[in-house]
Amino acid sequence: MSDKKEFDRDSISNTLIVAVGLSLVCSIIVSSASIVLKPIQKQNEELFRQQIILDVAGLMEPGGDIDTLFASIDTRTVELASGTYTDDADMEASVEIPGQLDLAGISQRAENVDVYLVMDNGRVVQVILPVYGKGLWSTMLGYLAVAPDGNTIKGLRFYAHGETPGLGDQMDKESWRAQVAGKKIYGEGDEPVIRVIKGLVQEGTAGNEHMFDGMAGATLTGNGITGLVQYWTGSHGFGPYLTNFREGKTE
Amino acid sequence: MSEARKVLIDPLVDNNPVTLQMLGICSALAVTTSLLPALLMCVALTSVAALAGAAISALRHRIPNNIRIIVHMTIIASLVILVDQLLKAYAFETSKQLSVFVGLIITNCIVLGRAEAFAMKNGVVMSFIDGLGNGLGYSIILIAVAVLRELFGAGTLLGYPVFELTSDGGWYVANGLMLLPPSAFFIIGLLIWGIRVWRKQQVEKPDYQIHEVHRTEVY
Repeated sequence: MSDKKEFDRDSISNTLIVAVGLSLVCSIIVSSASIVLKPIQKQNEELFRQQIILDVAGLMEPGGDIDTLFASIDTRTVELASGTYTDDADMEASVEIPGQLDLAGISQRAENVDVYLVMDNGRVVQVILPVYGKGLWSTMLGYLAVAPDGNTIKGLRFYAHGETPGLGDQMDKESWRAQVAGKKIYGEGDEPVIRVIKGLVQEGTAGNEHMFDGMAGATLTGNGITGLVQYWTGSHGFGPYLTNFREGKTE
Repeated sequence: MSEARKVLIDPLVDNNPVTLQMLGICSALAVTTSLLPALLMCVALTSVAALAGAAISALRHRIPNNIRIIVHMTIIASLVILVDQLLKAYAFETSKQLSVFVGLIITNCIVLGRAEAFAMKNGVVMSFIDGLGNGLGYSIILIAVAVLRELFGAGTLLGYPVFELTSDGGWYVANGLMLLPPSAFFIIGLLIWGIRVWRKQQVEKPDYQIHEVHRTEVY
């Protein structure tokens, strides 16, 4: 540093030059890396999404080829308002969700949505519905697998969320994922009553078939899950479709 | 060359960032439940430490004193984002397991500590080697802890079964404690003990020592 006596690195001009220059160089490096790698990351995320669909359907085998396994799944488009399949749907069209119905906090949704039918010998054994909604920090995107009775949950998994690591991400844990299976969405009425409670679901509690385990330290994420499952299985979501599905009127 | 060698080898045991300087313990607890994420974390941290050392050293005559920590953080953060993006593209599954911990390399004391203590005063090549050495020193500990935890906690190494578990009809009862964070504390503690038995010069003098005083000496 002694050989650079004439250069004052603590001067205001040098401070500004270094600060601005470094920010520019770093931002260019970071953003170009992001742009170059985006296609590969997108592909990974797409594969992961398919893997989650297979996983929630219980079809995922360790080391299994996702493309082959995915072939046994039938993708159909549902028009949510009528709850029937449609073939040439406008996937871009969306509708506003009225405030009091917007349990998932998403303010609008698509008119037509893809669902995944898991087939076994030509018979539908479960349907996988895309669900999403606001958690504490982020929009949680996942899949809900429902049995042919249109009421029994087979699985619920999220493939993207930004909830608190270690607290809000407990719904990704094996134990939480296992306890959702077999729970019932609807009670006596037409509207869903399934919800995430506080604490663990106890044996013998009245109505415990409509309860998911709570997550300690993640009450707001749990409320988000309650909201998004209730919205998407409710009358403004897949409610009409699930009714048709149960009564075999979807075709 | 011998000095470069010393800069590279010294942090492996004699001046290990984890067991002697007690830095980077947080991530050492979090990512060592199994070996694969630990290995990936080692690669991530070592490359960030080495490249950050070189970059900061190259700029060391221009970095103004009042904003030098911010400059370090900017360089380190950019490198970490770069590594994180690469992992998401080429090691997607494992990067999901590492979750926030790659991002937290930004605040890892080892990287910032070497930038401030070494790279600001030494040449580009030396700073690169110093970052590499410290990254490797961190890696040795991380790998040792991860091998012990995965082997005794799950009976596997890199996912391949080594000990056959009783749940699969084998003989080994998995030790669940090994998969919980406290076990990493125990293992790192035992490692430090082992290293200090081997390298006596690492044993610190006690801060305070109670002297045995005979009662009559007080008067």
